Order: sequence, then structure tokens, then C-alpha cells
Amino acid sequence: MIPFDFVYCRPDTLNEVTDTFKRYQNENKKAICYGGGSEIITMCRVSSIHPDVVVDIKNIPECRVLEKDNFFLNIGAACTLNQIKESKLFPLLGLACGRIADHTNQCRITLGGNLCGTIIYRETSLPLLLSDAEVTTSGLDGIRRVPFQNIFDGRVRLKEGEWIVQVHIPVWALQARHAHIKKTTQEKIDYPLVNVTAIWKDDVLRTAFSGICSRPFRSSQIEAVLNDHGLSPEIRAEKAAELLPEPPYHDVEGSSEYRAFVFRNTLCELLEAWQNDRA
Amino acid sequence: MIELEGKTVISLNVNGDSHEVMVRPSDILLDVLREQLGLTSAKAGCKNGDCGACTVMVDGWPAKSCLMLAVEAQDKKIITVEGLGGKAAVQKAFVEANAFQCGYCTSGFLMVCHALMTQHPVMPDEIVIEEWLQSNLCRCTSYQEIRKAVHLMYDSLQAADV
Amino acid sequence: MVTSIGKSIQRKDAWEKVTGFAQYTDDFPTTGVLCARLLTSPYGHARILKIDTAKASAVKGVKSILTGDDFKELHGPLLLDRPALAQNVVRYAGEPVALVVAQEESVAERAVRLIEVEYEPLPVLLTPSESLSQGAVLIHEKVTGYKRMLTDIYPEEGTNIASRYHIQKGNAAEALKKCEYIVQKQFSLPPSDHLAMEVRTARAEISSDGQVQIMTSSQSPYAVRQQISGAFMIPAGQIQVTVPFIGGGFGGKSAVMLEILAFLASKSVGGKAVRLIITREQDMAAPPSRIGLEADITIGADKDGKIQAAQMIFRLDCGAYTDISPYMAKAIAADCTGPYHMEHVLCDSLCVYTNHTYATAYRSFAHESYTFCMERVIDLLAKRCGWDPLEFRYRNAIHAGSTTPTQVPYTESLIGDLRKCLSRARQLSLWDAGSRTAIKQNTVKAKGIACFWKTENPPTDAISGATVTFNTDGSVNLVTGVVEMGSNGQTHLAQILAEKLGIPCEKVHVVLSVDTRAAPEHWKTVASLTEYMAGKAVLRAADDLLQQLRSNGSQVFGCPISDIEVSHGRVYSIRNPERFIEFKDIAQGYQAPDGTSIGEPVLGRGGMMLKGLSMLDPQTGKGKTGPAWTLGAQVVEVEADITTFSYRILSALTVMDVGKVINPESMRSMVAGGMAMGMSMASREAASYDSQGVPQAPTLRTYKLMHIGQEPDYQVDFVETPQDDSPYGMRSYAEHGLIAIPAALGNALSNAFGIEEVTLPLTPENIWKASQKEKP
Repeated sequence: MIPFDFVYCRPDTLNEVTDTFKRYQNENKKAICYGGGSEIITMCRVSSIHPDVVVDIKNIPECRVLEKDNFFLNIGAACTLNQIKESKLFPLLGLACGRIADHTNQCRITLGGNLCGTIIYRETSLPLLLSDAEVTTSGLDGIRRVPFQNIFDGRVRLKEGEWIVQVHIPVWALQARHAHIKKTTQEKIDYPLVNVTAIWKDDVLRTAFSGICSRPFRSSQIEAVLNDHGLSPEIRAEKAAELLPEPPYHDVEGSSEYRAFVFRNTLCELLEAWQNDRA
Repeated sequence: MIELEGKTVISLNVNGDSHEVMVRPSDILLDVLREQLGLTSAKAGCKNGDCGACTVMVDGWPAKSCLMLAVEAQDKKIITVEGLGGKAAVQKAFVEANAFQCGYCTSGFLMVCHALMTQHPVMPDEIVIEEWLQSNLCRCTSYQEIRKAVHLMYDSLQAADV
Repeated sequence: MVTSIGKSIQRKDAWEKVTGFAQYTDDFPTTGVLCARLLTSPYGHARILKIDTAKASAVKGVKSILTGDDFKELHGPLLLDRPALAQNVVRYAGEPVALVVAQEESVAERAVRLIEVEYEPLPVLLTPSESLSQGAVLIHEKVTGYKRMLTDIYPEEGTNIASRYHIQKGNAAEALKKCEYIVQKQFSLPPSDHLAMEVRTARAEISSDGQVQIMTSSQSPYAVRQQISGAFMIPAGQIQVTVPFIGGGFGGKSAVMLEILAFLASKSVGGKAVRLIITREQDMAAPPSRIGLEADITIGADKDGKIQAAQMIFRLDCGAYTDISPYMAKAIAADCTGPYHMEHVLCDSLCVYTNHTYATAYRSFAHESYTFCMERVIDLLAKRCGWDPLEFRYRNAIHAGSTTPTQVPYTESLIGDLRKCLSRARQLSLWDAGSRTAIKQNTVKAKGIACFWKTENPPTDAISGATVTFNTDGSVNLVTGVVEMGSNGQTHLAQILAEKLGIPCEKVHVVLSVDTRAAPEHWKTVASLTEYMAGKAVLRAADDLLQQLRSNGSQVFGCPISDIEVSHGRVYSIRNPERFIEFKDIAQGYQAPDGTSIGEPVLGRGGMMLKGLSMLDPQTGKGKTGPAWTLGAQVVEVEADITTFSYRILSALTVMDVGKVINPESMRSMVAGGMAMGMSMASREAASYDSQGVPQAPTLRTYKLMHIGQEPDYQVDFVETPQDDSPYGMRSYAEHGLIAIPAALGNALSNAFGIEEVTLPLTPENIWKASQKEKP
């Protein structure tokens, strides 16, 4: 039960979305993009957000694209995690999608929703950060396409009224060697204590993380250490833990110290598997 | 473009019947099913998408009706436990496997299993079954009984084919 | 003739529950019913300076707003210490502060959010030790000023102690001095939640002539009637409480709370029907949860590995109000040793207020908590003595010649046979194949064992009853005051009745809902006493019924009653068994072919009151709290990664002495369900609070229960040592599957990781922390 009212809009075209945003902005009303709705509904229920208008983007053809061209895999923001996973087009992203919330919710939660939501883990961002992905956004000034990392610093940074329409993943990344290790407190269906996601490009390891800090990130410093084959996996993991952009996150799911412990172990697990493969 | 403000009459297709209901755009599907259509098999266990007791089938897929607006459900086919009619393989299997105790989570599990069978007419790997059923919580059983029910459900399907 | 007992008869409610036909409290129509919502405290402990309801009252559709200022009554089953809405002070985060009644739920909720409350924070006490420390703030200013509902509640003036129980058997201090091996350990276990899938809810309506109707998801409809009657001076007969299906209770729905609020809500709007809806988040914070427990235990054994004595202090964290917690402190004291022979026992069990959510009964009535502590020290003592932990338990098992901590002499019928359970557990768990094995680098498999026992702690005069009527097809209707919450007691009662009447169980129809006006009083559906208490009443009702059938028969056949037999649904004279009358033709009286009416309609009724129970002697603890014990042994096997401290639970076994297996599948599944609940609780559940007493995992998103896919292979096996005075010899069993699971898991993990200080919940992080402390 949501204790207040809002207007529900379901546009059919990108232009209609822009018009809707403009119109309500002029009326000084707060309009938000609505994908799967799971986070918006739960936050409205507890009154932590009060949108005047929700704009459901699920009917817009561009937002439902899920197809590969010669250069990119294009995924509409309204594609559900389950669709992405079952398409098997980008297995690493599929792995991330398959471990967010639970299966039934994966049939509802959209890629756009996971990237733009307020829940801090945003685990679908990790494969995008690693694969030089790009995004198409639509806003009051029209449509633009930019590298994902330019609009993501742990959360999506967009202009007022701007929203993600599609993400584009370069084809090299789709079948690249990868790893996805998600550690939770105890229960499998849970937020990550530590999520280590990895892609290898030309035998160079790229990693991005969620859970260990208050926001997802990729770090060139950490990658430099992890690729230093002169050091043992333990030492590399140890050093990587020292290079975190901020102290490890702390909440009821896990203390900072324990998260750091899990982080090191998980990196070790990753590096040892890699080392064994190279040997 | 659809734009709905204030209480509005919408049409919902539930268990094969079309119903006109008056809803606020912010009404969740669960409340409308229960309070307006009297379809109380779907239960409110958390209204936060965590327990699965409110699961119904929407266009052949499981959906937590607490995390869906009623207005989003227009033009979709919704099935609740009432729509299974008492003869569905999953219902027989749950009785046979003793797969419930208090019964409160049961409707949600039934609908997840029914959707699973809809999407996977042939029994999938155990890991897929687990993934689907991990969307729901049961506080009474040991889960072994529910697992057994899924197997019985597929067994009966096979038997019916033969 | 066996018709029902011992058979896996299908649940009586099975089809209702798979068709959506089963109705729970909130499934009844809501048209015309007002809705009430609660405002709860965000503070763990604070003075309420001011409540401003002006803005909330102005919301269109709001019918009334209540605060603590509107009432003076206090509530509770044992000690009247709890206001329905906080009065001047809030004592836990989640405590109801105000209630709004409105036309619609959304309106009520909007208004709730507009109520402005000014608080002045007070010092927060979050453990019994803190509450008992010198100078600790008093959570209740005058605990001795509260009315006691039973005489064995002992609040201590000027302290945070709500009650204390003392056991003194032999001379523990002296005996410990002579012990060769001593283990001394301290424990601190956090509270957790019941988390029944159905959120608690209640409805109330008061007619213009003062008839109070309450529908509620309660395990205690008769206690609801009694407490509302007592608190508001309403004759009990004017109160009708109905309970339809309830979506799991586990003890959490035995406390009377929302019913009082719903009643007050209805009263505030001229008696109109009101439904009180709370959110899952409120359900986890406002109504009572499971206790926390601190324990200091010293236990000693002689050089032969025989336990000689134990000294124990238990400090039970009952949260902000007592509810039934004093009796849980008593229950711990009464069973404190576990099912072992110990001649010298000294135990103090205290019920202590803290600023946690108040506690109530939780499946096994605090036994899971003290058993964790006790079975950990038993394991450690076995190790010190150099004995295998299973063998050590076998050696020290309670036996003929032993007495319980409250000095009840052992008999097989009363207590059961632990050694048989242990022998079965040894076989079934392949115990002798090794309790710790390395399976690959950094990975080990390890087993842990723990035993349990439990007797009950009802009021000494608790009652139950049953009525049986006939249908015209010769089938019967069974009515009891037992609530159907999943534990399947109703089916078992039907089996007991069917067996006694000699008819198939399908011919017994049970009324699954409870109506206090229609069903004879059954104390509460708690303590797994359904089959014992209601079962006895059912047997008496059956006897009554049979007697009446025989009387009708003797009149029809014109022979003495002693010549009349009843079996297979027929009444006949032993002198001429070929001539018989079917139940359907004689149960409503008999009409002869010529139209003559003979006999009377048959209506069976049976009642029972517990007998032979006593309060515990305040000095020694001598006495008997429950009708009998149920005991057993449990084994858990884990696969553990000794570098990351993560683990998988592979298997879990329970061997329980249930007296008699009256329904194998039903009883297996109930025990397995208890094991699963114990496993979830032990491995991941805890109510965590910040330093100000604010819950940190307030939703099901963050408070994790075990999902499917992580459950071990559960195995259940039964030993049958009959309890002589119970129907067909059956013991209480429904909650017991949970009791020693946390301990067995703890022992398995201690064994796997080589760590002594394991605590609940047994998360990898907690084990890792312990390993850091114990690093050589």
C-alpha cells in the first residue's frame, strides 16, 4: 500500500517521455523514470520518496532492445535482468543479473533500474565498467551517447530529466574470459559483502568491485597490482586491499574488517585460479 | 500514451475473466486482487518483495504482486491460485508431498512452481528449480517437502504424457 | 483395531491450503471495515515530552487518534507491566506510541506520518549484564508495584529483575572442588525473531449492547478473552474471540497485544469494525520476539568422565516488558542440566529487563538458548575428559535413579530413553566413521552432536476440552479450542478420535477455526501440548459418546448396556453381533420401523485439567512444572573451508523419543520443520541493534532467513518409549526438532575450525572473529 497518490504515465516514444518530463517540470512536479518499479514501490510504501509522476518506460521500443550488431550488444534500459541472463548474449552480465535479488524479482527488475537505483550495490555496473561500455541517454536537450564510465562514479550522474535509454557493450567483451565472484554474509539471496567481477582483455586482468566500499568502482591502481605477476596472489590481494578508494564499508551485513578479509580471500581465489591456468 | 491520475477504472484479466476495477495509480496489484476482487490466495508477507507470498503469474511468468502497480497489469493475463481450479498438477503435488504446514506461503510457492512448469515444460536442472524457488520463503517446512513436490509435479506431467 | 493411529494420514486442511480457500484473519472482506495503523517509537528508551496530533487529525477520513494518555490499564499474562500504547516513556524501539483509525489504510498511514512526537532520550540498556550493573537506569521505576497474575513471579525492588528462579540440589560448590575436570564458560546470545509468514493482525467490533467481537491471528484466543475481560472489566461472556487459520505462530502469536489495540481502536469509533494492519517491519519490532540469553556455567566431571556438578547463572533478556518471560526463566531453571544425571546442581535463572523489543515464547520456550550453552560446555567437558562427545553423553545420560533439577525422579514413562536415542543417532549419522575428516586442502567435514530435553510450563490448572457431534451419515464433527497454525494437531486429534470410535479418519470432520463461544476452552495452542491435553479431552469425549451409543443400543436391543459393543461404526449386542445398527441410524436417537422413537441424540463432551503440577519451591526449586519430558539427540555435519570460515551444512539428524508415532509423515515433517527453523536461526538470524537500541536489520531484506537450496539433508528418526498417561503414549514433540540444532551446529563448527568460543548466530564473520581472538 502506497499511502499517497501519483500520476502514472506510460509513453510510447522517447519524445513523449521528454515531453512528459518537461510538462511536469513546468508544473514544478517531480517526475521519475519507472522501469520494473520494485525499488520505487518499496520506497514509496515507506514514504522515503514522494514522486508526483512516475513515467513507465517499458512501452518504449528503444528501451526494450536486446540485440547484437557488428560492433555492440545493445540493451534497452527496460530489459529485465532475467531477459539479459536468458539471452546469454553477455554471459558476464548474465551472471551479475542472476545474482541480484531473486529470480522472480529478476523478471521485474530492469537494467536501468539496477544502475540508477538508490541501493548502493548496482552490480550490473561492474561488467559495464570493465567492458568499455557506452550508454545512450535521453534528456531535455535530446539524445547523447557517452562512455559509461563518464556518467558513473559509483552512481549514475545525469542531468535533470535525463535518463538511460540503452547500454552498448563492445563485442570484444561479450565472450571475453571473465569471472564473477559474489560473497554474501551467509544467505545466497542477499546483497554482496564483496562482489569481485573480472574480465581479461589480452591476458590483462580488469576488475571492478561492489560491496567492499560504499559504491561500486574500478581502480587502475588495483589492476596494476593484480597484474603484477612478480608477486604471489596473497601479496597482490594484500596490496589491493590497501589501495581501496575508501575504507571498507560497514553495516549489519558485515564489519569493515571482515569485508576486507573477504575481499583479500576473494582476490586470492581469483588470482590463484588465473595463476593455475597460466601455469 | 497512457496517463492516469486519481481513481480510475481499469480492466484486469484475472483467471480468464475480465474485471473492471477502480484503482488509484499507486495501488499495488496485490491489494487490488485481495480487496477488490476477493482473490485472497495471494498473501501479504512483507510487501517488500522479499518473501514471495504474494506471487501470482503474469503472462506466464512469476511476479510479486506487491511490487507491481495494478495499472501496469492492464492487458496482461494474471493467474492466481484460485485460477488453478484445484486440479492443477502443482496442487496435487503439494498435497502429496506434504509441502506446507501453516499454508501462508503456499499460494506463492504454488504460483512459482506453476510458472516454472509453464516456462520449463520439461523438468529443468535442480539448480534452475532452486533459483526459481529461492524467490520465496517458507518458515514451516524443511524445504525438502517443497522440493519433492516439484519433482512430483513433473512426474505427474510425464505420466499424463504417456 | 487400528484404523488411524500410526498411519500417515493426510492433513485435514490440505486442500483448503492449496486452493486459496483457507482464510486467514486478513482474508475476510474489508468492505465497511475501518483501518487502524500504528506509530511506533524510533527510540530504544526515551521520555515522551509531547505528542501533537493536530495535523494528523486534520486528514480527511481520519476517525480517531489514540495515544497512551487515553488509557491507564496495564497488560501482561504474568505481570501487568505493559501499556497498550506507551505512557510517558518508550522502553524499546518499535513500541506503539499512537494509533490512527481511518476509513482507508492509506489515509491512516498518511495521518500516522503526520503525528509529531517530541522525545527526550534516556540511557539505553541492551544486555542483561548492563541492566544488572550498578547504577543502571531502571527501565521500570517500580517493578514491584505491578500486579502479579500468578504467585510465582518475583520482581526485585529497585532493580531491573522481573523474576528469579533458584535451583539447589545437592551441594554443587563442594562437589565441584572434588572434580578432576572443570569447564567454565560464559555466553551471550542475541535475541531473534519468530518471523511467521503471516504478519500479526487483529480485528475488533463492539455492538451497541456491548458484545465484543475479536478476530485475530492468535495462538491464545481464550487468553485474549481473559485479558481483555480483566483489563477492561467486561464480563468474559460478552467477548467472542474467533481465530481462523493462522499463518505460523511459533509462540510469537501467543502474546496478547494487537487484540487489545484493535479493541481500543473500535471502542474509540463507537464500536465500528476496525482492522489493525501492521507492516512486516513493525511486526519485527513492535510485537514480542525471541529472548536473548547470557549464561555463566561451571561444570565438572570426575576422572571417569562422570559429570558431578554444575553451577549456572542464566540471565534472560526479556526486553522492555515481561510477557511470558518469567516463565521462560523458570523453564530454563527446571531443565537446566539437560537430559543428564547430575547430583549437584546450583542454578539461578533471572528474567531481566532491557531496552530490546520485549520477548515471548519462541518454539521450545527458551530451551534452544540454554541448550546451546549447556551442550557447548558438555562438548568441552567431554574433550577435557578425553571422551568422544557422543560416548560422553551416553555415559552421563539421565537414567533410573536420577532426578531432574527440580528433583522429579526419573521414570522411563515420564522422561524417555536418551540412551536409545543416542545409539540410533550413532548408527544413523555414521558417527564412528569419524567426526572430523579433511576432504581436500583447506576443507574439512565435521560433525557435532547435542542432546535436548524439555518439559512444559503451563499454569498448573490449564484446561482443555472437546465436543463431538454426529452428522446424519454417521460421520462426526470434532470441535476443540486448538488453533490450526501449521502444526497439524487437528489431524492428530481426528486420528485419536477415529481410533477410539473405530471409524476411518475420513469420517472425522474437524472444525479448524476456533470460536471461544462454540469451542470448549483450550488453554493455548502452545507448548506442543495439543495431543496431550486436547487429545485427552477428545478421548473423554469419545468415551462419553460411546457410552451414549451403548445406552441407545441397550434400549433398541432391549439388553443390558454391558452387552452392547460399538465398533466399525456400528452398535450391536455381543449376544447377536449379526444384528447391528449403523451409527447414522442410532446416533441421533433411533426410530423403530413402527415409528417409535428410542434413546436420545448422542453428543460427546470431554474436558481435562492438568493434574499433579506444582509451583517450584523458592529455596530449592523442588516441584514439577510439566506433565512429562521429551528428549532426543541431534547430529549436524558441515563442510567447512578453514581459510575463509565459510561452511555448508551437509546433513542434520534428529532422533527423538516421541512415545508413539501416531502419524509418521506428519511428525517427520514437523520435526524437520523445527530443525530447519533452528538451522536458519543458528546460522544467520539475530536482531541486531545499534548502541541506541535501534534495530539494524528491520526488514526481511536484511534479516535473512534460510531460503531453499541451502538446506541440508534432514533425517528424522523416532524412539517410542510410551508416556503412560498420554493418548496412545504419545509425547509432546512439535517444537522439539529445533532445540539442540543450534548447539549441534555450534559443536560441528567448533570441531571443524578448532575454535572454542562459538556464539550465535554462527555466521562466518562471527567464527572468523573468534578465530582471531583464539589465535595461538
